[in-house]
Amino acid sequence: MAEPLAQALGVTRRFGDATAVRDVSLEVRPGEVLGLLGANGAGKTTLLRMLLGLLPPSDGQVRLFGASPSFASRRRIGYMPQGLGLYEDLTPAENLAFARAVYGSGQVPEAGELAELPVGRLPLGVQRRVAFRQVLQHRPDLLVLDEPTSGVDPLMRQRLWQEARAAADAGAGVLITTHHMEEAESCDRLVVMADGRVVAQGSLAEILAGEEVLLIDTPDWAGAMSLLERAGLEPALVGRSLRLPARDEQRLLAALEGVPHAVRRAPATLEERFVAIALGLG
Amino acid sequence: MTFGVRGVGLRYGSVQALAAVDLDLPPGEVRVVVGGDGAGKTTLLGIVAGALAPAEGAVRRPAAARIGYLPASSGVYPDLSVAENLRFVQAAYGARGPEVAERRRMLLERAGLLAVEGRLGGELSGGMRQKLGVIRAMLHRPDLLVLDEPTTGVDPLSRRDLWWLIAHAAAEGSAVLVATTYVDEAERATALLLLDHGRAAASGAPDAVIAAMPGTLMVGDAGPDPAEAAFAWRRGRAWRLWRPDGSLRAGAGWRAVAPDLQDAVTVALLRGEMAARQGGAA
Repeated sequence: MAEPLAQALGVTRRFGDATAVRDVSLEVRPGEVLGLLGANGAGKTTLLRMLLGLLPPSDGQVRLFGASPSFASRRRIGYMPQGLGLYEDLTPAENLAFARAVYGSGQVPEAGELAELPVGRLPLGVQRRVAFRQVLQHRPDLLVLDEPTSGVDPLMRQRLWQEARAAADAGAGVLITTHHMEEAESCDRLVVMADGRVVAQGSLAEILAGEEVLLIDTPDWAGAMSLLERAGLEPALVGRSLRLPARDEQRLLAALEGVPHAVRRAPATLEERFVAIALGLG
Repeated sequence: MTFGVRGVGLRYGSVQALAAVDLDLPPGEVRVVVGGDGAGKTTLLGIVAGALAPAEGAVRRPAAARIGYLPASSGVYPDLSVAENLRFVQAAYGARGPEVAERRRMLLERAGLLAVEGRLGGELSGGMRQKLGVIRAMLHRPDLLVLDEPTTGVDPLSRRDLWWLIAHAAAEGSAVLVATTYVDEAERATALLLLDHGRAAASGAPDAVIAAMPGTLMVGDAGPDPAEAAFAWRRGRAWRLWRPDGSLRAGAGWRAVAPDLQDAVTVALLRGEMAARQGGAA
């Protein structure tokens, strides 16, 4: 297997009495897209900052390209923060020129290729495309994207993904954080964090683990929902059907006794699995 | 009574923000408007809620006091506490008495906000602020509940709470309209409306939108031919290719697959692009 581009080895980070990240190990390999998932406060951003060499760990070790983080290693990284990292008063071309000067490389765009307005006055989708271009133009070996497609339409999201995927095909490692489970499903591997720890990792199929949900159809979903909630269950509404984890089957049958209903089984979604894992239920 | 709009349109200067849009909002159902930044979602929701007047078309909505509206800005007062925010809307809608207090407590508890009742609106996390915004909008049991991107940027645990609030409002009989950029949330609606540049690019029940997708969908491991690249996108490592004429793509590794809602939405947006290109060329 190829040498990892970025590695966390038993990394812990404390802020005063609070521990944001506890004993986390993970690695990003060339050619793969790794998705880092977790609720707010799970420790993703702290871990990301340590992996980028922006924050030293309290314990454990971070390795970038086989060495301790340094200015030289930062030149090989393309980092797109949630706020995109663009200067709103500069045009796209000016932003890209500034980044080329910082990184010492990158391709000069052709005349007429880019909008000539300040970035702050461009639509969000265009801003995101410029931000992608900015982090890709120096051909980084490691791409770190924090919530890269928030707010854009599904077609634009597909196109931005295509660029990240092309970088991976060319040998870069890509680390993505996202709250968006459709996006997470496109990653090669997933790491799920909760309360500062890694609580699950593996491929999409491994995280889904063949878990099932119950799909409940009744003539009166609102009445059924109220009965299920009174029994302490937490059904989700999808269309006019209710969904519950398969482990709730006995309690479901007891709660809906005498009420007309039909139950089918369906594969759990990544979002349903994520919630169960993050809450420590499975 | 079914609320909704017929043939509504609105221009801002030279920009057609919304054109000829129809939408039905029956009581006790969740309807979703999906689209990216600038698609017209906020304009449509403003018209439905009565915050904007359309230049064309008709709107059917209840009296203002029977509408709950969460604007895209979350509608939470940053310098009032959680409890004060809710008391303020209670006073504004003339909702008082023990029943309202009990409802407020139940909604806060279920949304995980009871422990932060004394915290200022401006000090809440993004997910908490959105949950408070939705509770504010639904506290007076509105007949029509209009929520502008309640879940954008919110983590999956908060998203689960938000969708519980949405389902609860529908179970109480409200007609609910939710705007989102996430296709998986459109799957939770009884019917969805996909907006693209102010126009309806697709609408109907999720199954019907999938069934109405023209052409064929192919999946393959190698990239598409350059001539077809505009109709191809990635999911994970694999390529997906849409063939408008319904033909199959020959060649090793390509196979036809049944589309899902993400595919159908992507294709509807691709068709919009094609039409715009042809219109521009004519």
